[in-house]
Amino acid sequence: MPCRKLAWWLLAAPLACAAADNAPAPERRAELVDLVRQDCGSCHGMTLQGGLGPSLGPAALAGKDAGQMRYVILHGRRGTPMPPWRDFVSEAEARWIVDLLRKGFPR
Amino acid sequence: MRPVALFFLALLLAGCAAAPLRGTGDLGLVVERAAGSILLVETSGRSTVARVEGLGDLSHASAVYSRDGRYAYVFGRDGGLTKVDMLLARIERRVVQAGNSIGGAISQDGRLIAVANYQPGGVRLFDAATLEPLASIPTGSKVVGIADAPGNRFVFSLFEAGEIWVVDPSDPRAPATVKLRSIGKQPYDGFITPDGRHYVAGLFGEDGLALVDLWNLEAGARRILSGYGRGEEPLPVYKMPHLRGWAVAGRYAFLPAIGRHEVLVVDTATWTEAGRVAVHGQPVFAVAQPGGRRVWVNFAFPRNDVVQVIDVPGRKVVQELRPGRAVLHMEFTPRGEQAWVSSRDADSVTVYDTASFAPLARLAAARPSGIFLASRAFATGF
Repeated sequence: MPCRKLAWWLLAAPLACAAADNAPAPERRAELVDLVRQDCGSCHGMTLQGGLGPSLGPAALAGKDAGQMRYVILHGRRGTPMPPWRDFVSEAEARWIVDLLRKGFPR
Repeated sequence: MRPVALFFLALLLAGCAAAPLRGTGDLGLVVERAAGSILLVETSGRSTVARVEGLGDLSHASAVYSRDGRYAYVFGRDGGLTKVDMLLARIERRVVQAGNSIGGAISQDGRLIAVANYQPGGVRLFDAATLEPLASIPTGSKVVGIADAPGNRFVFSLFEAGEIWVVDPSDPRAPATVKLRSIGKQPYDGFITPDGRHYVAGLFGEDGLALVDLWNLEAGARRILSGYGRGEEPLPVYKMPHLRGWAVAGRYAFLPAIGRHEVLVVDTATWTEAGRVAVHGQPVFAVAQPGGRRVWVNFAFPRNDVVQVIDVPGRKVVQELRPGRAVLHMEFTPRGEQAWVSSRDADSVTVYDTASFAPLARLAAARPSGIFLASRAFATGF
């Protein structure tokens, strides 16, 4: 294997692992999708097009910082009704949710 | 063919053509929020009559009724306004009137429908018969807590602006608006008392509520129950409470305390706090049973699998029911003998006997949320 290709693999391997760690188990994924659609949905709308809270659709989130979004999910936003969800969602799960929201959240 | 046979054939055909006559007084609808459908139900036999589909996005849907109780007007999240024929179990008319809607009201005379919108923020008026758009009242703010008021008026609150507006649509194409400013921070919902005199807005951004005496609009809004949280930091709110005229039990109103595991008891003669009741979680709905003897309460996520019943004279919880996870709504029959309770995650509506608390029936429904009985047609604020 040429040296450059090997270096690429060495770099990519930890990233791939991180991505795998990031994804919750299948049953938990279903729970999280339900949580986002139903419970986040009570303010953001079940279709996530917004309500009392803003839209969480890909277009609305384009250009927003992923880290900041994760922080808001976990810790809420002062001065607004957005509560902290850290008792119900882990950091990795918040990362997974943000990822999916940006791509278009599953049904 | 012999005349007798002809007669029976005619009878048979007539039977096929028309369902038996019936009233709508014991009918109602259950919102199936994820499916975009509603179930038509009846409370005499406690059964499902029909399912009507094609109402769009029904998350946070609500409904009001025509003054004859025949038609339901269903307000969907996607801005859809659907007029449903309760007897023929079909959609009569439907318009999509805004991008994002929160609820609506029907005027005292039954001729106008007002829809409260988040996006674009404002209220739109429609002809109740035809759903023809009549007027648009932009607010620049999310509209919450819309209610009909005597004098054929509509009252609502503005979340960002912290205002209460009173609209007089005597000329429905050019309605007149009275704006009450600085009523408090972030009103999240509002209700009108059953006598139609007072409008109360719950405040999210501060400890307290705003009160308007509609008999004396010039006096503006005043703050009541200021500082009911006694300076304690409120808990995070995972679901906004809802307010309606059902909160009033006799002389007292029972209101969800925001961010607290408490129901506030307010004396409506003086609009001062008369007590508070410790409950299982943060209340979402506190609904007085007709007659005002008891108040049923459901709760916000994650404590939303329980309904508690408060005894009004004793001001304490006397019963706890577990109809299934995610209890989203409760509705009493007009004389209060039954309570209909929806559990989203149990995919069911449970009907309770309010005297014995025994479950009388359990109806299958797909992720049910709101339950709206046709008797709402005859009450101010519904």
